[in-house]
Amino acid sequence: MKKTITLTVNGEARTLDVEPSDTLLEVLREKLGIKSPKVGCERGDCGSCTVLLDGATVRSCLVLAIEADGHEVTTVEGLSADGPTELQRAFVEHNSFQCGFCAPGVVLSATELLRKNPHPTEDEVKEAISGNLCRCTGYEPIVDAVLDVGGAKRGGRDDG
Amino acid sequence: MTIALEFDYAKPESLDAALRLLTEHRGRAAVLAGGTDLVCWLRDETITPELLIDLKGIPELRELDVDGGTASIGALVTFSDLVASEAVRTALPILWEASRTVACVGIRNRATVVGNICSAVPSCNAGPALLVCEAAVTVLGAEGERRIPIAEWFTGPKSTALGDGEIVTGIVVPVPEGRHGDAYVKLGRYRGEDLAQAVVAVLALPENRYRVAFGAVGPTPSRAPGIESVLAGKPLDETLIAEARGLVRNETAPISDIRASREYRAHMLPIMLERGLRAAAARRDGGGPAYGTALIEEAP
Repeated sequence: MKKTITLTVNGEARTLDVEPSDTLLEVLREKLGIKSPKVGCERGDCGSCTVLLDGATVRSCLVLAIEADGHEVTTVEGLSADGPTELQRAFVEHNSFQCGFCAPGVVLSATELLRKNPHPTEDEVKEAISGNLCRCTGYEPIVDAVLDVGGAKRGGRDDG
Repeated sequence: MTIALEFDYAKPESLDAALRLLTEHRGRAAVLAGGTDLVCWLRDETITPELLIDLKGIPELRELDVDGGTASIGALVTFSDLVASEAVRTALPILWEASRTVACVGIRNRATVVGNICSAVPSCNAGPALLVCEAAVTVLGAEGERRIPIAEWFTGPKSTALGDGEIVTGIVVPVPEGRHGDAYVKLGRYRGEDLAQAVVAVLALPENRYRVAFGAVGPTPSRAPGIESVLAGKPLDETLIAEARGLVRNETAPISDIRASREYRAHMLPIMLERGLRAAAARRDGGGPAYGTALIEEAP
């Protein structure tokens, strides 16, 4: 029951055959070789498979590849085509990650936040990344980096 | 990792075409909107359809319209759509508050309100808010359209009044009349992505009439008629609040599960009810905490 789909992945049109049961996560990793979305809980709880679908974060483990037919998918690989973004540089500067397994998902969730809300409060940052589990850092250096890009400091004024 | 189940996929471009497919594959098709529950069930093989009917090709189901006295929420409207809607925030702040407590942004971008009540888990976020608003579910089948009052919608855990061969096209929510205020109180294990341990929704209407609904503390989200009738027409003073708190145990049936014990839920419910009542009444009267303020402190 293979079907042919065409989607834009990191700016490039890709046409491929998928089974209706193939998830977007599997297709990205196994068929297109894009390994930044991670296989974590596979039930939408951990956020490690996060990708941008038409600019909005989704769990690629909960999206069938066939649903992405005609749509635009962006992963961390696509964000950094011209080198690391300001946000990614801030993450490096704040030493925000240890093992890095959650990093692609956190980067995309924070990217989505900053596009919609360039100057988020601490509460808004925490809310935006609440679906991305990190078991290394306690989140503090992650929150600091996102706030830094938005021009705010943790523990500062908060209208959230 | 893989979904082992084999199924076919169709993305009809009209409701008629979707209904036709559903009729042709009666009992062997599943309807897909956001998929945040459905894809899990396909992976677990909780459901084993031969055909998935994806509604996302039907533009009219994306309608989110707040017009005068009614909000219409199409079957493809996501929780993120509701959170982003100023019209919903103004007209139906309880629905806006409830939407903000759903999981996280990445789920809310995909999960639909209609899907939430179709999955019909006892902790479903939209249930208590829609119950106090006395919403109705619009359903389309071979015999035409019918409207099911939300009070008759939930028939058991993961079970609804939706008939075989029917598709939910949307939810109609009447905006309460007169001066009113509401409050959505969700208790979770932590302030992030989590299903509710308990939910209390309160709508305060003119003349001290109240509507109260609970979630995650019974087989379905449900109204609390006993509490509502005790509150009706009386000023919300300490005695009345104490009386209402005392009635919670008659109106709920909490169980112990992975998220909380029965005892903890039973302990927290009267506290949540009191805070919900006070906030809803104060908001009705022009004060109270801003909508979106957490009324119960969860672990940070």
